[in-house]
Amino acid sequence: MNSVIYHICTWWLVTVSTGEGARAVPLAGHVGFDSMPDQLVNKSVNHGFCFNILCVGETGLGKSTLMDTLFNTKFEGEPTQHNQPGVTLKSNTYELQESNVRLKLTVVNTVGFGDQINKEDSYKSIVEFIDAQFEAYLQEELKIKRTLHSYHDTRIHACLYFIAPTGHSLKSLDLVTMKKLDSKVNIIPIIAKSDAISKSELAKFKIKITSELVSNGVQIYQFPTDDESVAEINSTMNSHLPFAVVGSTEEVKIGNKMVKARQYPWGTVQVENENHCDFVKLREMLIRVNMEDLREQTHTRHYELYRRCKLEEMGFKDTDPDSKPFSLQETYEAKRNEFMGELQKKEEEMRQMFVQRVKEKEAELKEAEKELHEKFDRLKKLHQDEKKKLEEKKKTLDDELNMFKQKKTAAELLQNQAQQAGGSTTLKRDKERKKNKEHMCTWILLLL
Amino acid sequence: DICLIRSSGTHSSTGGSTLLGYIGIDTIIEQMRKKTMKTGFDFNIMVVGHSGLGKSTLVNTLFKSQVSRRSAGWARDEKIPKTVEIKSVSHVIEEGGVKMKLTLVDTPGFGDQINNDNCWEPISKFINEQYEKFLKEEVNITRKKRIPDTRVHCCLYFISPTGHSLRQLDIEFMKRLSHSVNIIPIIAKADTMTTEERQEFKQRVRKELEMSGIEFYPQKEFDDDMEDKSDNDKIREAMPFAVVGSDKEYQVNGKRVLGRKTAWGVVEVENPNHCEFAQLRDFLIRSHLQDLKEVTHNIHYETYRAKRLNENGGLHPISSSDTQESNL
Repeated sequence: MNSVIYHICTWWLVTVSTGEGARAVPLAGHVGFDSMPDQLVNKSVNHGFCFNILCVGETGLGKSTLMDTLFNTKFEGEPTQHNQPGVTLKSNTYELQESNVRLKLTVVNTVGFGDQINKEDSYKSIVEFIDAQFEAYLQEELKIKRTLHSYHDTRIHACLYFIAPTGHSLKSLDLVTMKKLDSKVNIIPIIAKSDAISKSELAKFKIKITSELVSNGVQIYQFPTDDESVAEINSTMNSHLPFAVVGSTEEVKIGNKMVKARQYPWGTVQVENENHCDFVKLREMLIRVNMEDLREQTHTRHYELYRRCKLEEMGFKDTDPDSKPFSLQETYEAKRNEFMGELQKKEEEMRQMFVQRVKEKEAELKEAEKELHEKFDRLKKLHQDEKKKLEEKKKTLDDELNMFKQKKTAAELLQNQAQQAGGSTTLKRDKERKKNKEHMCTWILLLL
Repeated sequence: DICLIRSSGTHSSTGGSTLLGYIGIDTIIEQMRKKTMKTGFDFNIMVVGHSGLGKSTLVNTLFKSQVSRRSAGWARDEKIPKTVEIKSVSHVIEEGGVKMKLTLVDTPGFGDQINNDNCWEPISKFINEQYEKFLKEEVNITRKKRIPDTRVHCCLYFISPTGHSLRQLDIEFMKRLSHSVNIIPIIAKADTMTTEERQEFKQRVRKELEMSGIEFYPQKEFDDDMEDKSDNDKIREAMPFAVVGSDKEYQVNGKRVLGRKTAWGVVEVENPNHCEFAQLRDFLIRSHLQDLKEVTHNIHYETYRAKRLNENGGLHPISSSDTQESNL
């Protein structure tokens, strides 16, 4: 009797909950397909998981520190300067492992957000980045030969929007940016450096922010409440948004434990103390409860929206179900041909330009060659002239030398003759000189 | 809880640092499990083999329920169809909180005619039609959140226990379809053979399959890693499983067991000494159920899709704007 009731109840439960038109049948024993979730999970574990977080916020709001605190590690780099000319996105991928779960975590930071004087285009690079990740996935999905199950998913699963702790209201930059992002990514707004705000101010601040978001129609991520096991905690958390967080990787001794905290002269703000800030709530919601839901929402809602818009833009409609594979393929082919055509055109252009440049260079070189030749000729002529001059000079000198030689020989001849003639005179003169010398010596001696 | 972290990226830092303290990343397993249990699973199994091989009984034994209404008594009165028919029936079964929509695709008429030429064609067509249906849904602009999956995940091919070798039809069928669907060959009505006969038959069958180049599931080329390979090697060595099916229970040694009662004893279906049903069940349902689906989706479906998209690439509409491009 009991088993009959049991079977009827199971049957009823199953038909009510499935409602898919298939008849429910009771099982007469243990089959074993209840291991299905385990089989599926094991495969995913072997494969590894991906999670991508985008941090949007002004420079100096503690984005990097918060990431370090959330994932208990020091990620990278030095703090950025405030003089960036525009907003760029810097992305880093890390592999974390906890027990047997391998996670490929990508943290994307907005560098220079809010630093410019004119911030009208600040949101653009962020939107472009998010779209680029969707586009990459879409391209892979549209490929003929694709490897989707081993594709490294770079789509942003969660966007942490850092609100400056002014205590008053949202900045217009925040509103504009969040409005542009809410249909593309799961936004989780957080109040950064919330230890700058007192508790009473914080409550008012949160209310103000929430009401501004609602009145501006900004759709932030709601933690899902359809699964009974997490519905309660999620709905409580939904009411605590935006989370007021404090990040710190420094540890302080409180009691007999080392805790992550920020130490001030008037007290210590403990990061993991729920009375001090909402860090624990953020970690709980982001990682321990809803990580899978964030991934699923990104894929089934945001990505599908992007894909739909993109395909409609490319000119598709769902009206003709028969030719869907054809038209997608045709357009793909057409686009490819167009692309090839353009590529060829570009190649031609480049070739032309190249030929042109070569010609120019050639002409230049010819010019230079001509110049060189001319120079060489000139120099040669100069050299020859110089040589000629020198030779003339040499000749003149030679002539002079010859004349001098002649004169010399003539003079010598004369001298010889003179010497022979007056050779005795010289002798006489010498004797006289000697005599004079002797007379002088005697006179000197007599005088002394 | 001390774990490794390695980093790579646009601004790569040097080497790794250690994680201290629990983050909670491993909770994603639980999150994922909860989600899948909520959505439930689909599984589509096809049975192929000529009539009288106990296909329906075996499926009922596997899933311990009347998922196939063609029990032995009923089939006797049915006329054998003139051509191969494809009959698909779905049931929802639940176990341990896990809901599964099981679809059984029966192929009455296969191998039953005098001339069985091309009797695999309706089956091949059906399989491809399911891929086509899925593809059409997938290329829609506005897609369903969960595309209904009617693709055949597993095809149980029943080999007649002649004790000699495979028949020509067996080889033809498996050759043609092993590249578009996961085929698991099984030796039906194994209680007509002794253990030695069974072993010899198995060896011969395996050799023939190998010589004909038939890659049955689990295919060697799709083994993920060494662990997979060694697990699957053991299974491949033991295939094709020689099975006996029954939905009747008998009392044996004080226990109620599923079996077939004969004058010389009770053939216990779940007794590994009697037949290999338990092995088949464990392999099919308890360890490789998800893998069958994944191979179907990631490999067979992708092959179909690639072929389909390629073959329509040449069909350009001839128009003035396109003539230039088509000359490329």
